[in-house]
Amino acid sequence: MVTNITNLSRSGLYDWMLQRLTAIILGAYSVFLLGYLVANPDLQFTQWAELFDQTWVKIFSLLTLISILAHAWVGMWTITTDYLNDRTFGSKSVLVRFPVQVVCFIALFSYVVWGVQILWGL
Amino acid sequence: MFLLILLCTPSGVGAKRVNSKRPVNLDITTIKLPLPAYTSILHRISGIILFVGLGFLLYGLELSLTSEEAFGSLKSLLLSPLVKFIVWGILSVLIYHFVAGVKHLLMDVDIGDGKESGKFGAIVTLVLSVVLIILAGVWVW
Repeated sequence: MVTNITNLSRSGLYDWMLQRLTAIILGAYSVFLLGYLVANPDLQFTQWAELFDQTWVKIFSLLTLISILAHAWVGMWTITTDYLNDRTFGSKSVLVRFPVQVVCFIALFSYVVWGVQILWGL
Repeated sequence: MFLLILLCTPSGVGAKRVNSKRPVNLDITTIKLPLPAYTSILHRISGIILFVGLGFLLYGLELSLTSEEAFGSLKSLLLSPLVKFIVWGILSVLIYHFVAGVKHLLMDVDIGDGKESGKFGAIVTLVLSVVLIILAGVWVW
């Protein structure tokens, strides 16, 4: 009987691959944004706003937010199923694990919506 | 190591619980863990902290893009030692998660996943992270 039904894709291999692909996007965005901030120590609002006005920056930022949703979901799912399990909480551990997973998902989804509002000035 | 930890736990990827009385082969809470295990656990902890820290980063991004005044208030906010410390903390966790993540991707393509090379990779991860975290501290202050 399959008892684990909360993973992202119903396939461990696909989850694994998705986590790696999104990791590369997140790493690239971190290097891009931190590199930009380090290279522009005396950054002014106009220059910063112009950077985020460009379509490719909006696309890259939104791609990063969605990647965080997938990446962090797989990560939090792995952690919750590894530690908030029967060994720690007994046979009713799902009553602990599932609420935590729900909170994680709502938080991550809210980050995406909030990010969209920021990027498009809503 | 990541995979090893997964396999060691009853509800890991490879182990659907068919029989609830199935014995746990290796209880990681009862054995002495090698160094790569600690870098792996730190990778997980740093991931959880980043998950929370992202809220702070988005708040900063919101201030920085809302208006000239909000941008200015973010700049003055960043002068406070407490805020500097929080930013440095989030950066440190991001740096560690990044470096350990790159090690993970290398191990996925069979680089540094042996017993000796795994230990070496863990040492490199820790040293490189510490150096970058110190540099980030210098940058923030």
